[in-house]
Amino acid sequence: MATTETAVRELTYGEAVREAIAEEMRRDPRVFLIGEDVAEAGHPFKTLVGLVQEFGTDRIIDTPISEPGYAGIGVGAAMTGMRPIVDVMFGDFITLTMDQMVNQAAKAHYMSGGKIKVPIVFRTTLGATRRSAAQHSQSLHAWVSHVPGLKVALPSGPYEAKGLMKTAIRDDSPVVIFEDKMMYRVKGPVPAEDYTIPFGVAEVKRAGTDVTIVATSSMVTVALGAAKLLDAAGISAEVIDPRTTWPLDKETLVESAKKTSRAIVVDEGYERYGVTAEIASVIADGAFYFLDAPVKRIGAMDVPVPFSPVLEDLTVPTEQSVFEAAKALCRKA
Amino acid sequence: MTTQATEPRLDLEQNLHFYRQMAKIRAFEEQVNELYKSAKMPGLAHLYVGEEGVAVGVCEALRRDDFITSTHRGHGHCLAKGASVNRMFAELLGKEPGYCRGKGGSMHIADPETGNLGANAIVGGSAGIATGAALSAKMRGSGQVAVCFFGDGALGQGLLYEAMNMAALWKLPVIYVCENNLYGEYTPCGETIAGEILARAKAFGIHAETVDGQDVQAVNATMKRLVERARRGEGPAFVECRTYRYYGHHVGDVNRDYRTREEEKEWMSTHDPLRTLAGRLKGLVDEGTFERIETDVKAEIDTGVQYALAAPYPDAKQVDEDVYA
Ligand SMILES: Cc1ncc(C[n+]2csc(CCOP(=O)(O)OP(=O)(O)O)c2C)c(N)n1
Ligand SMILES: [Mg+2]
Repeated sequence: MATTETAVRELTYGEAVREAIAEEMRRDPRVFLIGEDVAEAGHPFKTLVGLVQEFGTDRIIDTPISEPGYAGIGVGAAMTGMRPIVDVMFGDFITLTMDQMVNQAAKAHYMSGGKIKVPIVFRTTLGATRRSAAQHSQSLHAWVSHVPGLKVALPSGPYEAKGLMKTAIRDDSPVVIFEDKMMYRVKGPVPAEDYTIPFGVAEVKRAGTDVTIVATSSMVTVALGAAKLLDAAGISAEVIDPRTTWPLDKETLVESAKKTSRAIVVDEGYERYGVTAEIASVIADGAFYFLDAPVKRIGAMDVPVPFSPVLEDLTVPTEQSVFEAAKALCRKA
Repeated sequence: MTTQATEPRLDLEQNLHFYRQMAKIRAFEEQVNELYKSAKMPGLAHLYVGEEGVAVGVCEALRRDDFITSTHRGHGHCLAKGASVNRMFAELLGKEPGYCRGKGGSMHIADPETGNLGANAIVGGSAGIATGAALSAKMRGSGQVAVCFFGDGALGQGLLYEAMNMAALWKLPVIYVCENNLYGEYTPCGETIAGEILARAKAFGIHAETVDGQDVQAVNATMKRLVERARRGEGPAFVECRTYRYYGHHVGDVNRDYRTREEEKEWMSTHDPLRTLAGRLKGLVDEGTFERIETDVKAEIDTGVQYALAAPYPDAKQVDEDVYA
């Protein structure tokens, strides 16, 4: 890509992930990546192309299709001086790595009285509408967000993909990072220099005065689209991206809701018992006396993701559904 | 062929049936590829072309009420077990008359009426299910046998070994059919499998053998023997079928940098299951027999795809139906 001094460099979301990993691997020889088809193939989503050429097969390690096994191997390596990135191709497959994430990685530091550290990154995906059906389309980030000892990052664009990945790799605790698989080809400005994005710090993506829309990952773009529609309808929406579900920047969310007096939470995970529920309760608690309406939640429909496009499209929040909900909340329906 | 020294004419009929079934699977898959290329099919599909001898050889050794569990590369298994072309195409296009009413798609076709407990998009995900079906058959005294299809890639999954151990302990009527097509996605299986494949099953005391998956007669004869054995209560078996997929991992994998064109050509020209069988039957049938079969099959496929293209999509209200029984 042609870059001039003044032009902002653009990368795709996938390229941003790759750049973060490559830079961290250059900076720190303890960092390595392990997973299925990550080396020669450069990952099925093509996000890791070129890494094995630079770092070799000792640091970009292809595994058999053995998710629980290599996740555990990652945990053991992390306990003993390495900083592994464990690649779990589809977020749906964290069901297979759960024991290693939840019972092993998440608890080792605490159970050992702080003696053992597990600086590991689990890199995986979320997001539906790829027509991949029920076992390849789930957004299961709420599961790990539930577990003390794990941090959870949800990059909403290329800039976040690079910055959050770098923070994850440098963190001394286990981090699960969910990339939106529908966004790998989306481009956006990404600084060429080294930068990190702190965990637990939300970003106000768009300032507004009438309603707060808290949106995660894939839903940030949806919320920004809805905000435009709302503008045209005379409603000023503030859009906030928490960027990490844990640690969670409660203060920014609550302060925004206090200002606007209305809040909607949008997340692609299942609505019930999900991320939207947690964030809505944080806002309800913190901004109760300032709210003019109950906090509204919009998540994925509580069904296994159907294959047929006509059904699948109904299961995810859209610009239109967020727009309608916000209008109703502001009593301008 | 080692078993069933039956009448030669019956043999011939059966062999022609094998041929027809394999030709149907191949024509089906070629059509799926066309649907993908013309953007008429949502998502991706993993084609079974080249591996037809395995599904047909195995399923022709089974009763209709015997169980199978299938994989992400499952169209061949479904068809070989008796699924209808029309309803399969309809499912692949996400249409209402599809096997799963459009909810499953390519990787999840299930058809309990033909004993198909479902394709599975989790590699190795059905090892427990097939073994459980065998346990159920034993408990119910039904005499049914279960076949678990899986790829060489699934040999990496621990679940398979847990299930095999229990199947051996409890002498369950289950047969583990490993379709070794030499690759899991883009990685040669030599890089992912340590030691001997058969030794893994033998370690549990499970009878294990390898068969040429490109030879439908050999697959069928082996399976007949093992299925009967399982039905008699003599326990599980493991069969490694050596095979090859002619297309990429899925329809979008067209570059196939991980293997050579020479290797592909070698398999296609000297190990093709259809050509091999046709070669053996030459002289026993009149000229044009195979062409006629192919024309028939092509017509069935054409009708099926037209049916599916014209079929309606599911109604929006179906989206939250069938979450619970
Ligand atoms: C548990 C799990 N891990 C990874 C994948 C992604 N994946 C889909 S197919 C496949 C390769 C499977 O190889 P094999 O079992 O040999 O079957 P083949 O595709 O060769 O028929 C992989 C890794 C998956 N679907 N499930
Ligand atoms: Mg394989």
